[in-house]
Amino acid sequence: MSCVDVEGLSPGSLRIHRLAALASPLRWWALLAVAFGVVPLLGTDYWFSAILVPFLVLSLAGLGLNLLTGYAGQLSVGSSAFMAVGAFASYNFLLRVPGMPLLVSLVLGGLSAALLGVLFGLPSLRIKGFYLVVSTLAAQFFVQWALTRISWLSNDNSSGVISAPRLFVMGIDLSSPAGRYFLSLGVVVILTVLARNLVNSATGRSWMAVRDMDTAAAVMGIRILRSKLLAFAISSFYCGVAGALWAFAYLGTVEPHGFDLDRSFQILFIIIIGGLGSVAGSFFGAAFIVLLPILLDNVATTFFAGVVDPGHLQNAQKILFGSSIILFLVKEPEGLARLFRDFRQRVVG
Amino acid sequence: MSFLMEVMIGGLLAGVMYSMVAIGFVLIYKASGVFNFAQGSMVLFAALTYVGIVERNVRPALALVITLTVMLALAVVIERGILRHLVNRPATTLFMATLGLSFIIEGLAQMLWGAQVHGLDLGIDDKPIDFLGVGVSQFDLFASGTAAVLVLTLSLLFNRTRIGLSLRAVADDPLAAIAVGLDMKTLGSAVWAVAGFVGLVAGLLWGARVGVQFSLSLVVLKALPVLIIGGFSSIAGTVVGGLLVGSSEKLAEVYLGPYVGGGIENWFPYVLALLFLLVRPTGLFGEATIERL
Repeated sequence: MSCVDVEGLSPGSLRIHRLAALASPLRWWALLAVAFGVVPLLGTDYWFSAILVPFLVLSLAGLGLNLLTGYAGQLSVGSSAFMAVGAFASYNFLLRVPGMPLLVSLVLGGLSAALLGVLFGLPSLRIKGFYLVVSTLAAQFFVQWALTRISWLSNDNSSGVISAPRLFVMGIDLSSPAGRYFLSLGVVVILTVLARNLVNSATGRSWMAVRDMDTAAAVMGIRILRSKLLAFAISSFYCGVAGALWAFAYLGTVEPHGFDLDRSFQILFIIIIGGLGSVAGSFFGAAFIVLLPILLDNVATTFFAGVVDPGHLQNAQKILFGSSIILFLVKEPEGLARLFRDFRQRVVG
Repeated sequence: MSFLMEVMIGGLLAGVMYSMVAIGFVLIYKASGVFNFAQGSMVLFAALTYVGIVERNVRPALALVITLTVMLALAVVIERGILRHLVNRPATTLFMATLGLSFIIEGLAQMLWGAQVHGLDLGIDDKPIDFLGVGVSQFDLFASGTAAVLVLTLSLLFNRTRIGLSLRAVADDPLAAIAVGLDMKTLGSAVWAVAGFVGLVAGLLWGARVGVQFSLSLVVLKALPVLIIGGFSSIAGTVVGGLLVGSSEKLAEVYLGPYVGGGIENWFPYVLALLFLLVRPTGLFGEATIERL
């Protein structure tokens, strides 16, 4: 999981790195121009609602988990619990506070998730590694239970289902598929820039120090307790916002069951496949997770129409996901992000 | 009073089932330090394979032999295909690999044998018999007896035989174990095969109770708190932990549940496990190996 790039120490590749660093702002602007300008021109409603929005939202959730697991080294299998808290909290803020703006409710939903994240992160001060799985699983089961049982949270809906509000941002109606794409894209871009700056700041470095060797980090004067809890808070904030977007921009209606353990695993898989400890990796991983089932579906209907039933397809998908995870863990622990970087360096340099 | 007893005994018997699954974990953890999340799917796979073969009119004894062979093959494949390539990796990486493994095994099991619920009859009556004034199912007593035999055998295997000694040596210090000439690869496959066997026994008992179906693999989620409470490296610990989790979750459900709307069985064991982690991180019987700051 270490990010030390040994090859980067030779003078030749150092120059390439510097070149890449110069080129990088330009590349980012180009990417933004494509996302905001070109994609909306080419995209169809199907692409927006079935591929792009879930991709963006899952990237955001993956990014959140990556901050906690990839950078701070704290394993969590409770991401979808924090997504659920974000979704239900945003919903309630919108419902119960008159005139509450959508974006503010997203932030408040994220903050609610952050609060819970700190609570369930507290055991991380005493335990680590896969023992943390227990604490995050406790969050997973407890939140799902609470959201189903406490009917006030879902405005007394009998099965705990909540529905998306009208999506208005500063008077602009974003309810169309393209509108929901812009809403998700805007939120994701802002939070991604923040995350990028965060991991390059003193906070990000202290997270990595805690991850790589906590005793040494403590000796250097990094306050472990503060670092870990901050990681839990910020990670849960990201997951919370992602959860609210998942409910409002992607699904429209969502029940607590939609945020089950499988969703948490899915998000963990995103960062394993995309790349632990990489901001870009969360996006690669989310693209993989969203596109693979669609690809598999298309292959099955094109080549094996009538032969393969949906049940088999789902099982094949499971096997494929499981194998990719093991393959990446064995062959390329830094995931798709590293493969992409290597590929680019070979092409550029 | 007798109602309390009945709830207690019902919980204890459920606890026996939990510990059967947890034992599979402990075996692998003791011998290789891997936290095997796929144990639950191995339970499902073993039970589905057995039922699938029996449903094709094969005699139960023969089906058992075939299933055991399949589990042995699975163990060898896991050792060669995955674990051998992940030597010296962090424990969390190994955990994530077993998570991937559980997806593969679940997908494979359902692809081979279908996703429907299979009935399983082991030929043991489920009639309640009188036991100290409380009705106890005959089947549950049989299950408890099987668990006891299993625990005893495995304890003897680990503490009294040469292969047990080798396994403990590997877990204690892999380098030293190699230096004295132990064959890590064979031992690795062996312990996964034994865990597969334990999974088969657990799967058959659970399967006879609730039907052989996908939810069997979710038992892993109950075994996790059992391990935390009992300690990761103690077979006796899983039994005590299992009984503790089983009885306390049932008691909590019956006496605490009505006040909060019920359904607390799912998370109560985890809260209990968290308390244990905070107060006694090694569990009741575990060895003190957890790092702390």
